[in-house]
Amino acid sequence: MRETVLKVENVTMQFGGVIAVDNMNLVVKKGEIVSMIGPNGAGKTTAFNVITGVYPPTNGAVYFNGEKIVENHPQGKMKKLYKGENNGQYSHVLAPTPDRITKLGIARTFQNIRLFKSQTVFENILIAEHLRRTSNLFSATFHLNGAEEAQMRSEADELLHILELDDVRDEMATSLPYGKQRRVEVARALATKPSLLLLDEPAAGMNPQETDELTAFIGRIRDDFNLTIFMIEHHMDLVMEISDRIYVLDFGKTIAEGIPEEIQNNPRVIEAYLGGAVDE
Amino acid sequence: MEWLSRNLPYLLAGISVGGQYALIAIGYTMVYGILRLINFAHGDIFMVAGLMMVYLSASLPIYVSIPLVIVLTVLIGFTVERVAYKPLRSAPRMSVMISAIGVSYLLQNLALYITGGLAQQYPAIPWISDQITVFGASTKRVTVITPFLTIILVVLLVALIKNTKIGMAMRAASKDFETSQLMGIKINSVISMTFIIGSFLAAIGSLLFFSNYTGVTPTIGTMPGLKAFVAAVFGGIGSIPGAVIGAFIIGICENLVMMANQYVSIDISNFKDAFAFLLLIIILFFKPTGLFGEKQTDKV
Amino acid sequence: MKKKKELVISLVLIAVLIGILRLMEINISPQSKWAMLMTVLKKGSIYALVAVSMNLLNGFTGLFSLGQAGFMMIGAYTYAIFTIPADQREMVYMYYNGGIVKFAIPAICGVLLAGVFAAFFAFLIGIPVLRLKSDYLAIATLGFAEIMRALFQWDTLGPLTNGSNMLRSYPTPASASVIYPFVVSGVCIAVIVLMINSTYGRAFKAIRDDEIAAEAMGINLAHHKRIAFTVSSFFAGISGALLAMFQTNVQAKSFNSAMTYEILLIVVIGGIGSVTGSVISSFLFIACSEWLLRFLDEQHVIGEFTVPLMRSGFRKVVFSIIIMVIVLFFRQGIMGTREFSISGILNKISGRSRKAQKGEPK
Repeated sequence: MRETVLKVENVTMQFGGVIAVDNMNLVVKKGEIVSMIGPNGAGKTTAFNVITGVYPPTNGAVYFNGEKIVENHPQGKMKKLYKGENNGQYSHVLAPTPDRITKLGIARTFQNIRLFKSQTVFENILIAEHLRRTSNLFSATFHLNGAEEAQMRSEADELLHILELDDVRDEMATSLPYGKQRRVEVARALATKPSLLLLDEPAAGMNPQETDELTAFIGRIRDDFNLTIFMIEHHMDLVMEISDRIYVLDFGKTIAEGIPEEIQNNPRVIEAYLGGAVDE
Repeated sequence: MEWLSRNLPYLLAGISVGGQYALIAIGYTMVYGILRLINFAHGDIFMVAGLMMVYLSASLPIYVSIPLVIVLTVLIGFTVERVAYKPLRSAPRMSVMISAIGVSYLLQNLALYITGGLAQQYPAIPWISDQITVFGASTKRVTVITPFLTIILVVLLVALIKNTKIGMAMRAASKDFETSQLMGIKINSVISMTFIIGSFLAAIGSLLFFSNYTGVTPTIGTMPGLKAFVAAVFGGIGSIPGAVIGAFIIGICENLVMMANQYVSIDISNFKDAFAFLLLIIILFFKPTGLFGEKQTDKV
Repeated sequence: MKKKKELVISLVLIAVLIGILRLMEINISPQSKWAMLMTVLKKGSIYALVAVSMNLLNGFTGLFSLGQAGFMMIGAYTYAIFTIPADQREMVYMYYNGGIVKFAIPAICGVLLAGVFAAFFAFLIGIPVLRLKSDYLAIATLGFAEIMRALFQWDTLGPLTNGSNMLRSYPTPASASVIYPFVVSGVCIAVIVLMINSTYGRAFKAIRDDEIAAEAMGINLAHHKRIAFTVSSFFAGISGALLAMFQTNVQAKSFNSAMTYEILLIVVIGGIGSVTGSVISSFLFIACSEWLLRFLDEQHVIGEFTVPLMRSGFRKVVFSIIIMVIVLFFRQGIMGTREFSISGILNKISGRSRKAQKGEPK
């Protein structure tokens, strides 16, 4: 039995009167590649944002390596507005900022690539090294942390080498072709040395060949970096080939869960994707 | 009764100056709503309107110079937008704001050059500038007129925005600039219209303001301009009713400071101007987008 | 090896610069028409420091703050209050029985204290305002500067700040010698550059480029914004102290929003995100506004013909038109985000000479 890395428990996210994520429960185990699929607007990215602390959920909790990292319950105006389930089950508020979650070992990429645009590939990676600094403002300013600085740089270079990005090291990150930018974003996330990697539509906008390369790449980094991967994806080839398990979301609700074969044959999933056309 | 005659002038002055701020604040809030630009030059347009009145009324009768001043102010507002902001439409927002600061600098220096730095005496406008007595408190008629005139103008403006085609285009542009452009809205004429309305109201505001505070100096626009902007932010920038309510609150509060100054032993009168900012910071602390502002979330 | 070479060249250049300044100081008499040049150099170096400190916030961290004049004022007042010689206080604080501070500290300690006080206030102000975004941050910092200005002119604080009266009679080394502001500003700017090039500087730039991504990289936004804001204000405070020396008197009412706008214009003209740009543009800005355009303020008569328009105030009109032209047509400013560096020039020179040796066509 593999240990649980990520557990999302009864998470509901309500914006005003709209429920974006409805009572989500899911588990990701160590070393797994788990995918989350579903039509646009199903609440997938919202779930990612809750896990990474971009905003606290309206209700529910998130556990990482057995430890509770996020918890919230309806408050203020939400007390009246709240339409979800499990109201009253949670009473604490635990809402760390995204940087704290990153420090715990959860890294992510973004649906619309968010590289630091005025900086080179190398500098983009180097920024991720900042969170492990031991120097303070004073020692860093007066360059008294030479050894640490050198280590940061060599680690960043090493990572670029492993991910075969050496050749674009000194190019502006945003001047690269799309597929490369995605790869740089993954590299940057890896530079924070995560144990859990969240990928938000890593294959978006890629052609079939690039998607194939990406499939191999994701499998490789899982093994090389000893990662657990949780991703949102629309490319079914990629999802079915690489995933250990799949969750399917529709209108905020989890409608199916299982290994790829089960999902492929699940009538509810087909309905969600084809809009009930099967019945007619 | 004695309490009333002692304190009423402060309240009246507060309501009146609040109305004047409101007329300026609308210009800020409308421009911000559409362009996301703090038009730092708006306060100086207000000052220029005052100066033009001084010079025009010296050679022309009042009833000619008033409409002329309004037309010229509108023209200046329109020109400033065309020359200094339109070329920067695709530039980062910061550049446009810097351009606004540049225009403000230019207008002030021009005014300094023309006036030689001396305060110019604003002409007394018949009827408006007459002294009247309200509940035993003596004041100028303009003090009483201002709030009513402001409210009439605001109602007209809101009706314009609600019911006319250009008003609908303005609302669309402030909701989503790019999409409204794709929907075939002539964005440049909408923006020009915004500046025309803003400058028109600023001209009226300057007529009322300078009838009360009669010295026009090159930098006189800065403080009322800043306060009007603060009022717009206070009320939730982009919202016209918000700006008007914010302006009245700030106008009244700063005069309440002066009123309170009679009763406390230490002199707090020099916080009159700073008080607006204090209010602003307090409101932003609790409601980061102002009183009636819509909550904004970044899309991740 | 290369770094050492650069360091040596830099040190030599600095020594040469100081030598030249010293020579100028000795040879230019206050009556000569070049005397204005010395004023420009003094004031320019002071503005360079405050412009770079503002650039650290606006250009490198992406925090649009308009409180710079307020922090300069805190620095200027701190310096003045604590360095006025004890025997002069009776005269300066004539309306407040000599004030409540009865001692004086050495000038250089006063300069440091100016920075510390400005940084301390920035730290406090930062708690509420740094949560705000872009324009809201701008107007809130501007608001705080205005509140500070009212506070410093407050009669009740008179025993400390001398109310709305001027503070004077403190030591003014930066006014006496041009080398003093150059050295102090130079050292401060060097520290800022070192910080920008450190891992903290990289974090600042990440925040500027994309706050959400920076946070996802483990950068604590609140903490880093606070550092940038406090450090920037520290140096603004020091430049305020230098300005106090330069002006030989301090009055709160001169540190208004117009001053902040002026500094912002300097930053923009130099290039947002370029330290050397800010420095160059400071000297140009001060030179134009104080010296080079001065002839425009005087009436010129050529034969029978009186040149029109030229009279007092015309200089400022022309100057603001120049600024508008730069803002509209040279949006990147002088330097853009580039930097002017010795190694860059060396590379260019050596590159050129190598080409020449190889006999390549130009």
